[in-house]
Amino acid sequence: MPGFEVDAPGTTQLLMGNEAIARGALEAGIGFASSYPGTPSSEIMGSLAPVAKKMGFYAEWSVNEAVAIEAAAGASFSGVRSITSMKQNGRSVVTDFVATLVLTGLGKAGMVLVVCDDPQAHSSGNEDDTRNMAKWFDIPMVEPGNYQEAKEMTKWLFDLSEELDSLCLLRSVTRISHSRGNVKLDELPKKKPKAYFDEAHNIWNPRQSKFVQNPPPVKHAEQHQRLAKAQAIFEKSPFNWYAGPAKADLLIITAGSGWLHTQEVVKKLNLEKKVGILKLGTLWPMPEKFVTKYLAKSSKILFVEEVDPFIERNVMELVANMAPDSPRPTFYGKRSKHIPDTGELTPDIIIKAITGILDIKYQSRDAKYAKKAEKLAKALVPVRSLALCPGCPHRATLWSVKTALKLDGRNGVTTGDAGCYAMGTGATGYFQVRENHCMGGSCGIATGLGSLAQYGFDQPVVALCGDSSFFHANIPAFINGIWNDSNYTLLILDNNATSMTGFQPHPGVGANAMDDSAKKISIEALCRSLGARVEVCDPFDLKKTTGTLLEMMADNKGSKVLISRRECQLVKAKKEKAKYKVHVDETKCVGESCGCDRLCTRVFRCPGLTWDKKAGKSKINTVLCAGCGVCVDVCPQGAIVKEVA
Amino acid sequence: MKKLMKDPFNLVIAGVGGQGNVVLSQLIGTALVNAGYLVTIGETYGASQRGGPVMSHMRVSKEMVYSPLIAEGTADVILGMEPSETLRMLGRFGNPEVKTIVNPQPIYSVDVAGGEAEYPEMDKLMDAIKGLSAKTWVVSATEEADKMGSPIVANTILVGALVGSGVLPLDRKAMEPILQERFPKALEVNLKAFDKGMALVAK
Repeated sequence: MPGFEVDAPGTTQLLMGNEAIARGALEAGIGFASSYPGTPSSEIMGSLAPVAKKMGFYAEWSVNEAVAIEAAAGASFSGVRSITSMKQNGRSVVTDFVATLVLTGLGKAGMVLVVCDDPQAHSSGNEDDTRNMAKWFDIPMVEPGNYQEAKEMTKWLFDLSEELDSLCLLRSVTRISHSRGNVKLDELPKKKPKAYFDEAHNIWNPRQSKFVQNPPPVKHAEQHQRLAKAQAIFEKSPFNWYAGPAKADLLIITAGSGWLHTQEVVKKLNLEKKVGILKLGTLWPMPEKFVTKYLAKSSKILFVEEVDPFIERNVMELVANMAPDSPRPTFYGKRSKHIPDTGELTPDIIIKAITGILDIKYQSRDAKYAKKAEKLAKALVPVRSLALCPGCPHRATLWSVKTALKLDGRNGVTTGDAGCYAMGTGATGYFQVRENHCMGGSCGIATGLGSLAQYGFDQPVVALCGDSSFFHANIPAFINGIWNDSNYTLLILDNNATSMTGFQPHPGVGANAMDDSAKKISIEALCRSLGARVEVCDPFDLKKTTGTLLEMMADNKGSKVLISRRECQLVKAKKEKAKYKVHVDETKCVGESCGCDRLCTRVFRCPGLTWDKKAGKSKINTVLCAGCGVCVDVCPQGAIVKEVA
Repeated sequence: MKKLMKDPFNLVIAGVGGQGNVVLSQLIGTALVNAGYLVTIGETYGASQRGGPVMSHMRVSKEMVYSPLIAEGTADVILGMEPSETLRMLGRFGNPEVKTIVNPQPIYSVDVAGGEAEYPEMDKLMDAIKGLSAKTWVVSATEEADKMGSPIVANTILVGALVGSGVLPLDRKAMEPILQERFPKALEVNLKAFDKGMALVAK
């Protein structure tokens, strides 16, 4: 299949929303792209980075989102168009910089921030709604309603950003970013920009640099003027339109994925002549005159949008400011509970809302069939819990954490971070992660816990973070712990990749986004330079890992580091064959009479191990087994045998 | 070429994380885009990669871009890469007219492997699938791929079965360039697998 970067204007391709955004950036002639991986945004940089060299632009996976957006601003300040992309969690990380960037404005080249939200939190720790950020920080914002728009809007935002001299925001959601549709391609520009930072203080330019936010109230007023200009442009934007009758029984105001579902539902219910749809693409500032024009279409207005009532509240505010004799429509949406204010939207939710408001009967399928289908599925379909992969080093590390905490006996506290090992909050990681919030949180919270001795706090503290998470936001927290002599052990589960989001490189792997070899930053050298005691272990050596952790927990002094290092099994399996052939010696496995209560399958829970009910013994699933051999040391009977493959 | 049997045409592809659901939906979707259709594919993955249920929703139309999510009870065809996941999808998206293609190779969840959940008896499971489908094609893709000495082509067998079943306006000619682009180094075995899939539903 041809790539999203193909130079074939006029052809149509099946592109993922994120690829369409990346394509829009290429068509806009970006010179700089930066990002930190996070679902559902990763494929934007995941698409751009591999083609950067051949297409002549710069791309980087940055150490974190804050650095990513600052680096991209540097490019804009010097006349190079830049794009930076992230998920909603990363967007929270960049707010301090954004708050000042909107005050100063940009350089001669446009700059676009793409944030992909995750309503329903399919792959996130929250379902935060980025649209509020646009209002909060005065940023012009658009949201695509399909894949073609994702490309067109991205491309156009660079022109808009230059026209306004402002950072512009493209908000996407999982159902746009992580789905695919037709995208017709346009030309790719051939020109390369010249980078030059021209804000110099001299007799020709006696004022202070443009890129200084002083005095903030003046700069703030300037941004408000830019927003007013954006609003005037948005009033005429082709990304906003009305489709429906001159007078409607119901007007639906919607955007993004909500619109994509809504237009289908209205068609499906045969309501195209009765229900009007006002589709908005430019969300902030809201094009008030344009919206006002359509408010009289119906006495009933339904807002269909994901997560927060963003459009709903903005329209209510607009109506509240209308002349007293203006018609007052009845509003339906989050406030009326017709549309949920948590989770993602589905066509079924919208069907229920519309049919409820208009009092229409709808049956999705034959009732008898539905009852039978639901009953059979419920009775027969087994639970399918998430699990760490067979051969995953994190499983072994978490097993050692479990054993060490038990042996220590002081009810040790573990703090967690973002990554595959966050599954340690569940059965696959033995419920060992007892706190989990955000990237950098593991070390930060641990330094707090480790400073509570005067209140009688005597539980050992172990902070769990991954290699990429360590570089992302844990370094300042770790320095804080050293500086303030906090007592805890930082356990770094180093698998040499940002594995949860697709194995992107980070500062510790020795390569960069464009696949050049890069300086490999040593975690142990860095930590030792700060005066910390650092030990390194192989998680597959359960005995040594458990013993070292136990001993470090017992050492009640200062911040210590244990690096549990082994490459991600999914990466390793692509390069080398399994080390061991593993089997269960049936003469030694005594099954239910063992007393271990099926430790290997019920507790250790590697998908490569199966409980054979008929035989009453454990066995290896040879298709799934990765041959790590860790379960050999878990079985108390020594019934699991490994042989060098 | 044939016409679309319904507009929009709703296809659900059901499987387990790691089975190649996304690639399979891309192969079919690209062929349909090349044939001039508007295609939307919604994918559920992310954390589901790690052993969870994975589904793709494919919408095909000549008229408009449809949502990446199919409404409950409105699947036209369910392509099941794993039998229990096929039944899971029938439970939500099935209806008396739905046609089902199913690979009868179970993949045990970690809950089943650990002895906490039970995988249904195959006869019962297949009876349930057949009982909820207007037509069922049982395509032993995993078994056939193993016989071919190339377990990895099981999905190409399923693509062949889907095209061979005649539910989509696609034929071998439409799929050849797609397979060639996707598997330039293993074209021959993939074409063989595709033909095998077509033959399995022709019976």
